[in-house]
Amino acid sequence: MKSVSAEQLVKIYKKGNVKALDGLSLDVEEGTVLSVLGPNGAGKTTVVRILATLLSPDSGSATVAGIDVIKHPEKVREVIGLSGQYAAVDEILTGWDNLVMFGRLYHLSKSAAIKRAEELLERFSLTESARRPIKTYSGGMRRRLDLAASLIVQPKVLFLDEPTTGLDPRGRQEMWEVIEELVKGGVTLLLTTQYLDEADQLADDIVVIDHGRVIARGTSDALKKEIGGERLEVVVEQSQIARTMELVTRVSGAKATLDEGLRQISSPVTQGSSALIEVLRSLDEEGIHPLDIALKRPSLDDVFMSLTGHGAEEAVAAESGKKSKRGRS
Amino acid sequence: MKNAISDAMVITRRQLLLLFRVPEVLIFSTIQPVMFVLLFRYVFGGSITSGQPGGYVQFLMPGIFVQTVAFTLAGTASGLAEDMTKGLIDRYRSLPIARSALVFGKTLGDSALNIVVLFAMGLAGFIVGWRPDSGIMKITFAFLFLLAFGYSLSWIGIFVGLSAKDARVVQNISFLTTFPLTFLSNAFAPTTGMPRPLQYFAEWNPVSTVVAACRELFGLTNQFGATAGSFPSQHPLMMSLIYMVAIMAIFIPLSVRKYTSAGKS
Ligand SMILES: Nc1ncnc2c1ncn2[C@@H]1O[C@H](COP(=O)(O)OP(=O)(O)OP(=O)(O)O)[C@@H](O)[C@H]1O
Ligand SMILES: [Mg+2]
Repeated sequence: MKSVSAEQLVKIYKKGNVKALDGLSLDVEEGTVLSVLGPNGAGKTTVVRILATLLSPDSGSATVAGIDVIKHPEKVREVIGLSGQYAAVDEILTGWDNLVMFGRLYHLSKSAAIKRAEELLERFSLTESARRPIKTYSGGMRRRLDLAASLIVQPKVLFLDEPTTGLDPRGRQEMWEVIEELVKGGVTLLLTTQYLDEADQLADDIVVIDHGRVIARGTSDALKKEIGGERLEVVVEQSQIARTMELVTRVSGAKATLDEGLRQISSPVTQGSSALIEVLRSLDEEGIHPLDIALKRPSLDDVFMSLTGHGAEEAVAAESGKKSKRGRS
Repeated sequence: MKNAISDAMVITRRQLLLLFRVPEVLIFSTIQPVMFVLLFRYVFGGSITSGQPGGYVQFLMPGIFVQTVAFTLAGTASGLAEDMTKGLIDRYRSLPIARSALVFGKTLGDSALNIVVLFAMGLAGFIVGWRPDSGIMKITFAFLFLLAFGYSLSWIGIFVGLSAKDARVVQNISFLTTFPLTFLSNAFAPTTGMPRPLQYFAEWNPVSTVVAACRELFGLTNQFGATAGSFPSQHPLMMSLIYMVAIMAIFIPLSVRKYTSAGKS
């Protein structure tokens, strides 16, 4: 059964006349995780806000837990949890205050609200800072509290808009663990992110969007196959380039390419780490000492490169609509 | 409906909690009007002849009370604008609560702040010689009247706060409108000295009618300070009530609607 389904959503912001969504469709199977992956300005927040009844689309339709978001927004609000892109908690109040207040707004009795707040603080490792104002919290703590606030009443469908943007690696890791636990608990999750590894880690399915359209969708494995796997990159002295090119091509079995300016040779590889070792060994035998050598996993930028023909950075600058090639949809 | 009321009360509590968590807000919102009481009492008190037995301070206090509650508008507006920019409003709007609960709760919470501030001002006034002599009933009624005026203005504040995007802009706009309005009135000096057209404006100004109504309730004669014979100067109490009802009749539905659709387009 589909827990979330959006059909041909179009949203034009009157201010600036921006077409933020351009016929976007997606759906999330019950109990699974869908990651909406896209660069800045792709329309991720817009989609989430429409599904969470905060915004009305100009056309198209959407249902959440089988309820029409446009016709019955108040019913949708009873079954969803939302943690927006920017933590929406009361800075001045303490973590405890915030959660108890939201509990009351979910119509829990006073004692139930307090009990729930304490459970959640415990679960998100915030018990120790519960009595401090949010403004003294780190970015990661704030995000966790924000997430806790969206879980006061176990939601059927949870929306997380860029839950780890702005967190350091440790905060990110902690957030991932929290999210994975939630998913184990059976919640249906729609999460947006700019990071491929995040989508990879957390999601069953991924839709890649750009300029308000879906440009690719599939499981993370399928997408990766499409984009191509890891690449080996070697930088050497000018005089050693030719020899290195040969070596790398031999090991990887695919033609190596050269970036002349950077003196960087790169080639797709299948068995990343063993290819790296083999190239290093061969270079050593030849007496070539690389200035830099690295194994690169496909980044979001590569996804965009291969799917749209332009990088993630350019996607922001580019005017909407022109270049996006439609993916399988 | 029952839920809508209890939701509004939760928001009201939140507004009050904010005051406890940042006592500076409460302290400064109290100090400023108290300072005004002292400044006006001692700086102008000697030179403005109010014709009141008991001196200028009897005339002044209702004026400062009204000026202070008039600034509820600015407080509500900038508080709300701040919540809007922080994305807090999105959270509230994604909760299964009545859309009106938040705005009702906020206006009530800001009125609760007024209770504290008015109390402190009354005390300061008493210390510097303010002696209302109309009896406890009328005095209590006067304070309720002031709170009601502040409450109705906070609905304009909600509307302003929802309309603008930046909390500082909101603060400036509401300050720049409220400040002249409180001075183009009978709050601090009789209107008699003003040029004729201004005098009419001042007498129709809701600030003046509420001030005059309070003066009446606090037992002052010649409550209006002066009269150009206009209708509001003859019937300040009734006129003030009309103003308050009109403000709420216009701004409650406007604000609730605006809040419901905020960010939707
Ligand atoms: N309130 C608004 N008014 C006008 N334009 C807007 C508004 N909100 C978003 N936009 C525009 O709509 C487009 C999509 O924005 P959206 O916020 O959905 O992107 P996003 O994928 O969430 O980006 P980010 O990764 O930066 O959060 C962008 O071009 C943005 O500038
Ligand atoms: Mg966004």
